[in-house]
Amino acid sequence: MVENRPIATFIAHAVLIAGVAIVAFPLYVTFVASTLTYEQIVTVPMPLLPGDQLLHNYTQALSSGSERGSHAAVAPMLFNSFVMAMGVAVGKIAISIISAFAIVYFRFPLRNFFFWMIFVTLMLPIEVRIIPTFKVAADLGLLDSYAGLTLPLIASATATFLFRQFFLTIPDELAEAARIDGAGPMRFFRDVVLPLSKTNMAALFVILFILGWNQYLWPLLITNQESMYTVVIGIKRMISGGDATSEWNLIMATAMLALLPPALVVILMQKWFVKGLVETEK
Amino acid sequence: MEKRVVFRSAWLPYALVAPQIAVTLIFFFWPAAQAVYYAFLEQDPFGQSSRFVWFQNFEDLFADSHYLASFKITALFSVLVAFSGLAISLLLATMADRVVRGALAYKTLLIWPYAVAPAIAGVLWAFIFAPSIGIATFYLKRLGIDWDWLLDGDQAMLLIVVAATWKQVSYNFLFFLAGLQSIPRSLIEAAAIDGASPLRRFWTIVFPLLSPTTFFLLVINIVYAFFDTFGVIDATTQGGPAGATQILVYKVYYDGVKAADLGGSSAQSVILMLIVIALTVAQFRFVEKKVQY
Repeated sequence: MVENRPIATFIAHAVLIAGVAIVAFPLYVTFVASTLTYEQIVTVPMPLLPGDQLLHNYTQALSSGSERGSHAAVAPMLFNSFVMAMGVAVGKIAISIISAFAIVYFRFPLRNFFFWMIFVTLMLPIEVRIIPTFKVAADLGLLDSYAGLTLPLIASATATFLFRQFFLTIPDELAEAARIDGAGPMRFFRDVVLPLSKTNMAALFVILFILGWNQYLWPLLITNQESMYTVVIGIKRMISGGDATSEWNLIMATAMLALLPPALVVILMQKWFVKGLVETEK
Repeated sequence: MEKRVVFRSAWLPYALVAPQIAVTLIFFFWPAAQAVYYAFLEQDPFGQSSRFVWFQNFEDLFADSHYLASFKITALFSVLVAFSGLAISLLLATMADRVVRGALAYKTLLIWPYAVAPAIAGVLWAFIFAPSIGIATFYLKRLGIDWDWLLDGDQAMLLIVVAATWKQVSYNFLFFLAGLQSIPRSLIEAAAIDGASPLRRFWTIVFPLLSPTTFFLLVINIVYAFFDTFGVIDATTQGGPAGATQILVYKVYYDGVKAADLGGSSAQSVILMLIVIALTVAQFRFVEKKVQY
C-alpha cells in the first residue's frame, strides 16, 4: 500500500464484496433450488432460502435421475466424468512427458518435424474438424466407450511445451553424471527426470483434470447410450424443453454434483492450479 | 536452446514420440485433411455420391445471408465477452491488489467459476433468467421489462454474454492480479510522492505497464468466445431465436451434425481453421514480444 487512504480501501473492499456476491449468486440460487420441491421452484418468485428436500433431491438424482427428460441416474455419470477427467489428465501428461523427453534428450532425424507436428495440433481444435473426427472414431469402433471419450483428446501441445521448457532447465551435469555412472536414458528418465518433474505434473494435472471433466462437444457426439453419458451431457439431456416442465430441483441438484468436484480441486489445490494456469498458457 | 549432453539410441526416441504422434495423426491431421477435402465436394443428401466442385461451397457460403449474419453475431459476441470480461476482472484485480486484509479469501472466492463447465454455466444463468420461472425475470418484469430470451434475439445474446463472461472473469482476474503484482512498487510510490492521485497513477503508469497482459488476455478471450462457448450456447439458446445467437462454431455443428450438409459444414470448418491459425500467430507474437521485455 502506497499511502493510507481509508476511503479508497473501503471502496476496494466494497467492490470486491460486490464482485464476490455477483460471482456467487448463481451458485447460491442453484444450491437453494436443489433443496426445494418442484412445486416450490415453479412458484414465482422462487423462495431464496433453502428448503428441506436436500437429501431427497440428491438421492433421487444420484440413483434414478429425473422422471421427465432423460431418465438416467447421475451416479454412473459422475463415474464416467471421473474416468474421462482422469484419462484425459493422466494420458496427456504421460504421452507428453515422454515425447518431450525424446525431443530434448535425443538427436534424431525428423526431431524438429515431430515437434512441429505436435505444435500444429494447437491450431486444430475439435470444433474445426467435428465430422471427420467423429467418423474416424466411429470407424475405429470407439463410440460409447471410455477409449473413445479419452483417446482422441490426449494429444497435448501445451503439456509437451511445458515439459520441454522444464527439461531444458535441468542442469546438463545431471545427465552427464548419469551417463558416467552407466545409466541408460530410461534409467535417467525414471530416477532423475520424473522426480524433478513432480511439481510440474501436479500443476498440469489440476488444469487437465478440470479440462477433461468439463468436456462437452466431444462426449455429446460420441455417447449415445445413457450409460456412457458424462454428467455435463446428462444435465443437458435432463432439460426437456419448455422451462416450467423440466424438473429443476433435480437438474439443479445434478448441477451442484457436476460442478463441485472440479471446484473443490481448484479451491483445495489452489497453489498448483495457479501455477498450472500461468505456465500452460504461453 | 539445445542440450549439450544427449543420449544415443537408434530406436528409443521414435518409440517415445510414437504415442503422441499416432494420436495427432489419427485424430488431428487425418480428420483435418478430410475436412479440407470435403470442403471442395458436393454430396447428395443420401451420401451416395459426391463430386468435386472446387470453390462452390465457399461461394455458396459467402452468398448465404445466414452465414454472413453468423460472422457478425460472432464478432459482436466475442467483442462483448472479451471487453466486459476484461473490464470487470481488471477492476476486481486492481481492488484486490490494493487490499491487504482478506486478499486470499477474495481470490479464492473469485476464481472458482473457472472450474464450472461452460454448459453448466449456461444452465445456471438460463435458470435464473428463465422466461416463466426465473428469479431475475420476476424482478425484471416488475421493473416493466418484458423479458423472454426465447423470443427476443437481443436478450438471448445478452444471456449468453453474461454466462460466458461470468465463467471467464476468474481467469482474467488471476492474470491481471499477477500482472499488477509484478509492477515495481517504487514506480507507483514515486508518482504518489509527486502528488498523482490513485486514478491518475492507474491510467498513466499501471495500465500502460499492463498492456502485454491485456493484449495476451484479449487474444485468449477471443479464442474462448469463438470456440469454448459452444457449451454455453448449446445448453441455453441453441443458436436461437431465429439464429440470433448462432456463432460460427455453433453453425458448423448445426449444419454438419443436425442438418447433415457435409460440404457446407466442411467449408465453414476450413474458414474457422484459418481464423484459429491467425489467432495462434497473434498469440505467439505476444510471447516473442514478452521475451524481449
